[in-house]
Amino acid sequence: MQAQDTQSNKKASVLADLEAVRSMIRRHKFNDLVFASIGLVALMIGLLTLLTLFIDLVMDGYPRFNMQFFSDFPSRRAGSAGLLSAWVGSVLVMAVTFLAAVPVGVAAGLYLEEYAPKNWFSDLIEINVSNLAGVPSIIYGLLALGLFVYGLDLGQSILTAGLTLGLLILPTVIVSTREAIRGIPVAIREAAYAVGATKWQVVSDHVVKYSQGGILTGVIIGMSRAIGETAPIITIGALTFIAFLPPSPVTDVAPYLNFEWLSSGFTVLPIQMFNWLSRPDHAFHINAAATGAIIILVTLLMNGTAIYLRYKIRKNIKW
Amino acid sequence: MVNTSTPLKAEAKNLNFYYSNGHLALKSVSMPIYENKITALIGPSGCGKSTFLRCFNRMHDLYPGNKYDGQIVMHPDNTNILADGVDPIEVRMRISMVFQKPNPFPKTIFENVAYGLRVRDEKNNRVVADKVEEALKGASLWNEVKDRLNDLAFNLSGGQQQRLCIARALATDPEIMLFDEPTSALDPIATANIEELMNELRGKLTILVVTHNMQQAARISDYTAYMYLGEMMEYGDTDTIFTRPVRKETEDYITGKFG
Repeated sequence: MQAQDTQSNKKASVLADLEAVRSMIRRHKFNDLVFASIGLVALMIGLLTLLTLFIDLVMDGYPRFNMQFFSDFPSRRAGSAGLLSAWVGSVLVMAVTFLAAVPVGVAAGLYLEEYAPKNWFSDLIEINVSNLAGVPSIIYGLLALGLFVYGLDLGQSILTAGLTLGLLILPTVIVSTREAIRGIPVAIREAAYAVGATKWQVVSDHVVKYSQGGILTGVIIGMSRAIGETAPIITIGALTFIAFLPPSPVTDVAPYLNFEWLSSGFTVLPIQMFNWLSRPDHAFHINAAATGAIIILVTLLMNGTAIYLRYKIRKNIKW
Repeated sequence: MVNTSTPLKAEAKNLNFYYSNGHLALKSVSMPIYENKITALIGPSGCGKSTFLRCFNRMHDLYPGNKYDGQIVMHPDNTNILADGVDPIEVRMRISMVFQKPNPFPKTIFENVAYGLRVRDEKNNRVVADKVEEALKGASLWNEVKDRLNDLAFNLSGGQQQRLCIARALATDPEIMLFDEPTSALDPIATANIEELMNELRGKLTILVVTHNMQQAARISDYTAYMYLGEMMEYGDTDTIFTRPVRKETEDYITGKFG
């Protein structure tokens, strides 16, 4: 009898405990719900703002989404003003930016990561490179005005703009190169050294190849920032009304390449947008909205390409 | 105790090794390495056996601040491979290494094995292809991969990847091959394959192998060295070490009383 009592008591207390545990778990899980809700709201603030902005631009600029808009030069009449000189300018400036920033940035990143001795000086450089990424772009514009336009006498040209934006994204390229390199496992490096490779063989046969995805991602993300930059381009004196195209880089006579375009005057998408926006006539604001939507689309497209390329290149590399 | 009829391939003489933090990881280690024999290094974790192994291909030189003191003399040329004037790359050209975890390059099977030949400027594709085939056969991998040499090495299983790494190390005709716990990341069947492979290499190649598995040392090696706290406690032929160890510490470790 006594024994049976204890037994049922025990059973009851186990059940009571279990009930307590369950209510505790419920209480703890409530926190999951709370945080998930806060997180969702936080995410929506960012996402919805951007989406609203984009939709607003698209709706405002809708009347101008046609081929004419891309093939017309700017004009005094809003209805027949187009983006031709701006998008061609953007493409050419970006080409210079890419050609300037990639070799320099990748070489600097490789040197810092693979060759530079690790001491206080390289730490100092590292801090400075990271800091450079945060320097306001107008400062780069002032630097470029002094160095490229007046110092080197390159003029207010596509070359100057490309080099300026190249400098601007250089820290991004360096940092992403270093991060991509650091992602390569020590074991892979040691494997290469162990068969008798020199440092340069390890770098050129392995490090550069396996970090391509990360480097490319950094470059594209840097470029997508550069394509929307306005301040440094205005500082170096880009024109706001251009009714001509730079000389074509490709010609039909040998040697088929022509570098005159580098020293040509130019305008770019964000400046064209800024220009239209500053006009009192509302009709020009429609053009500006359309241009804004296009810039956002291009940026989105570039970032999407970066993600796709990273996925594609990383697919064959698992570590 | 020590066989004198077999020629020496290398010899460690009073080798001390300091890590960059000042830690003395090897204390006056001396040991012979006999030609075409398998020498096993055993001992508890942190005893310095991997540190010792990595001195043989100057892997420690990849990290600044590490310091060797003493000699590892290669025969027959009597080169002290730790000497300041000897380029670590030259040493690695002579002595190859297989690591603990399979570490193939994210390249094709063929290019993994060919890489050692590429860094030796072998331009003749015929020669490269022959060497790759020979090395893959030597690593008992040829039959499994001969139809897909251009597949990525990552598509192989763990055991196959490790044999690929052995093929990569074999392809350059090394004078000594180092194995750093080559089976510790593998399942028992893959482990048995690697052990069988090492048995096949016995007599053709001088091998130095670190293992944390005493049965493995007993199964595959001709000579065994027991290390503890950076010191060489006992060295002898494997049968003697495992049946009649001289030192009490060796016996305790081998019988599993500690370790």
